[in-house]
Amino acid sequence: MEYVVITFLCMAILLYFLLGGADFGAGIIELFTSTKNRSRTRKTMYQAIGPVWEANHMWLIIAIVILFVGFPHIYTTMSVYLHIPLAIMLIGIIARGTAFVFRHYDAVKDDMQWLYNRIFRYSSFVTALFLGIIAGSLISGHIDIQATDFYTAYISGWLNWFSIAVGFFTVALCGFLAAIYLIGETNEYHDKRRFIKKAEFMNIAAVVFGAMVFIAAQRDKIPLIDWVFKSNVGLSAIVLASLSLVLLWYLLIKGKTKVLRILAGFQVTMILLAISYAHFPNFIRLKSGNAISLLETAGPEKTIYSLGLALLLGSVLILPFLGYLFYKFQKKEE
Amino acid sequence: MDDFIAARSQMALSLGFHIIFSCIGMVMPFFMAVSHYKWLKTNDEVYKNLTKAWSKGVAIFFATGAVSGTMLSFELGLLWPKFMDHAGPIFGMPFSLEGTAFFIEAIALGFFLYGWNKLNKWFHWFTGMVVGVSGLASGILVVAANAWMNSPAGFDFVNGQYLNIDPIQAMFNKAWFSQALHMCLAAFTATGFAVAGVHALMILRNRNAAFHLKAFKIAAIFACIGALLQPLSGDISAKDVAKRQPAKLAAMEALYKTEKPAPLLIGGIVNEKDKTVKGAIKIPGALSFLAHGDFKAEVKGLDQIPENEHPPVAITHYAFQIMVGIGTLLLLVALIYFFILFKKKPLTEKRWLLKLFVFAIPLGYLALEAGWVVTEVGRQPWIIYGIMRTKDAVTPMPGIAYSFYIFSAIYVSLSIIVTFLLYRQIKMVPVLYNKPATNN
Ligand code: HDD
Ligand code: HEM
Ligand code: HEM
Repeated sequence: MEYVVITFLCMAILLYFLLGGADFGAGIIELFTSTKNRSRTRKTMYQAIGPVWEANHMWLIIAIVILFVGFPHIYTTMSVYLHIPLAIMLIGIIARGTAFVFRHYDAVKDDMQWLYNRIFRYSSFVTALFLGIIAGSLISGHIDIQATDFYTAYISGWLNWFSIAVGFFTVALCGFLAAIYLIGETNEYHDKRRFIKKAEFMNIAAVVFGAMVFIAAQRDKIPLIDWVFKSNVGLSAIVLASLSLVLLWYLLIKGKTKVLRILAGFQVTMILLAISYAHFPNFIRLKSGNAISLLETAGPEKTIYSLGLALLLGSVLILPFLGYLFYKFQKKEE
Repeated sequence: MDDFIAARSQMALSLGFHIIFSCIGMVMPFFMAVSHYKWLKTNDEVYKNLTKAWSKGVAIFFATGAVSGTMLSFELGLLWPKFMDHAGPIFGMPFSLEGTAFFIEAIALGFFLYGWNKLNKWFHWFTGMVVGVSGLASGILVVAANAWMNSPAGFDFVNGQYLNIDPIQAMFNKAWFSQALHMCLAAFTATGFAVAGVHALMILRNRNAAFHLKAFKIAAIFACIGALLQPLSGDISAKDVAKRQPAKLAAMEALYKTEKPAPLLIGGIVNEKDKTVKGAIKIPGALSFLAHGDFKAEVKGLDQIPENEHPPVAITHYAFQIMVGIGTLLLLVALIYFFILFKKKPLTEKRWLLKLFVFAIPLGYLALEAGWVVTEVGRQPWIIYGIMRTKDAVTPMPGIAYSFYIFSAIYVSLSIIVTFLLYRQIKMVPVLYNKPATNN
């Protein structure tokens, strides 16, 4: 059962990165869209993510619940030592979630829209950035649970070059995912071209920030290169990701949309796999050199058992409906 | 501000905020389903417009409820890590099932909001019902988690160790039923009166009376049935509390001395230093009856409980008074409403009745918040009753006061924006749905 629960946890995190990430990305793209095209981008985006955005965010909640029920020690360590970035991410989630709904449901369209849009764009950016920072901090080995002063305990764990590089890398990936997703959601030629441009731009940004992640890892003495290049899984994941990148550019130029989405999702999955596989099942790396492992800190047997059962039951109930939801609202009314 | 107090205030504020939105999310789908059903049956456009207008309101609330709920699931760790370290695996069961319920709710809502003219009409109606049922289920589940904090079960506490954990037993603890029942009724009562009152106001102002009258009737009937049942379920709760948390019951009634028979106090000023209550009306024997179903029974006072386990008496007492006072008031409103319905008098002529409902707009929610203050403050100083003290659970991180200020500011601005949006929605009703009234 432990492995069932861990699989669900990984799946929830992955899906949150992909779907929620595309959702943040939509705001990030809007941030980088020239003013005259913004309202068109917004419209496409609303049609695309409106029906599913609520469901996307459930993955975060699922992940958190699995953590606090099944792996309380990890949950509490994160929430104590990463309190500040978590709080900032939360503020971002609140701001963008509510702004997104408010701007659509405000019965009167006036100057308030300007405010909602501002909030939505900037908070999307901040949320993705801090999501990345948190992910980076977990593996950066800067978290110090023996610290006695405020700065080491609550700041330096996440405010370091590596975490920040991962943060920006995440922002670029989110923007990239969103752009790819949006290409398929519009039938209008100029919009398509625009989203393709955006996808290209974000892809380049991702490659640049990806390189920075490696540089920062070297600087902070994090054995990222070893993880990625010295393990077979990590290496093949990276090779596959690079191969799919080539294919992706080719398809982008051709404007093939459906395959593109799968490929982009695949690519991001491979990147996550490459980074996380080597130190699995360690979830948090600590400054002392120790790590907090999923397997070693799992909750009591009965809890894990019922949690696994609840998850299996839930997915039997949920997945068909979720699939139908995506299917139903993907088809465009011509 | 002390970090510990800040953490408690932040928790209370977040929950108090979330509960409003989650109750609306739990109850409004049922109102919509009734109106939707009437539309499908009668083909009266007004019902369709009503369903749509309400569903927009619900979408606003759902999003705010969802983000504030996301906040909470992090805050449990951000503020109370030592509590979650032990409690997570024990009381987590309802939360993991709740995840399923929320998920279904979110998916069904997606279908419902975007399914107009796309889905089979009865399937569409059904998705609306699913939103309501799964919302209600999740409400019951979280309350079961809270009930566990009041009545811990499903583990053995030996030398500070939590052994033999059984999450199912923890979920079905002694308090879950009375709390969940009382909470669900409260959600219907509070939301019902708030919605009915807003529509009553519109009728009084003579805006689209046909539209608002239909809305009013649907909401009012739910509200009044809830208000009728609430005191009964409150009585079950009180008896339950008397058994499992005598300190809470004593604080609710500011009963400093054990008495037999014990009087019920109405109102009164509590002096926590002298342990006295001034100016309260005493109903002899009533507390004995409320707590044990017998006018002569003994009720344990705070004198039988160690000083360092006393909850704050004044707050608990006042909050309990507010809840029961409002409960009685709403019961009266409900009785009057049923009387008038029974007489079949046209409502639009009874302007005083509509005014009464306008007056009741905030009351249900006030009672609901007050009720939670009773439950939570009355549990102090324990976070897990009898097992872990709240002050031992708080995060070691200093500076929580700043976090409290920031989140307070956010909640205040969100409340302002939501109110503003709803005001606009309602103001736009004539423009969006101004079809000449077909009946009435
Ligand atoms: C519309 C809201 C509302 C109304 C009119 C009432 N209540 Fe209530 N009450 C709640 C809303 C509420 C609540 C917010 O939903 C609580 C908090 C925790 C819970 O389970 O329900 C609650 C808790 C609560 C508790 C504590 C339960 C516990 O700690 O487990 C008692 C003893 C009562 N109530 C008793 C009453 C009585 C005797 C009422 C008589 C009229 C009454 N309530 C009306
Ligand atoms: C599942 C549901 C709930 C859980 C798990 C929960 C948990 C907690 C926790 C951990 C605290 C902090 C410790 C403490 O001061 O007792 C707390 C405090 C508090 N909660 Fe709850 N709560 C729940 C429901 C609610 C709701 C719905 C409300 C109100 C609307 C509420 C109102 C409060 C208040 C007022 C406090 C502060 C108590 C004080 O300062 O003395 N709670 N709750
Ligand atoms: C500690 C306490 C609580 C936590 C951690 C919590 C958590 C959450 C979360 C994560 C969501 C978002 C789900 C979504 O995206 O749809 C949510 C929403 C919701 N919560 Fe809570 N909750 C708490 C207390 C309560 C209580 C006391 C109730 C009700 C009695 C409640 C009822 C709901 C409902 C009905 C929703 C759906 C939102 C809507 O329909 O507007 N929650 N909650």
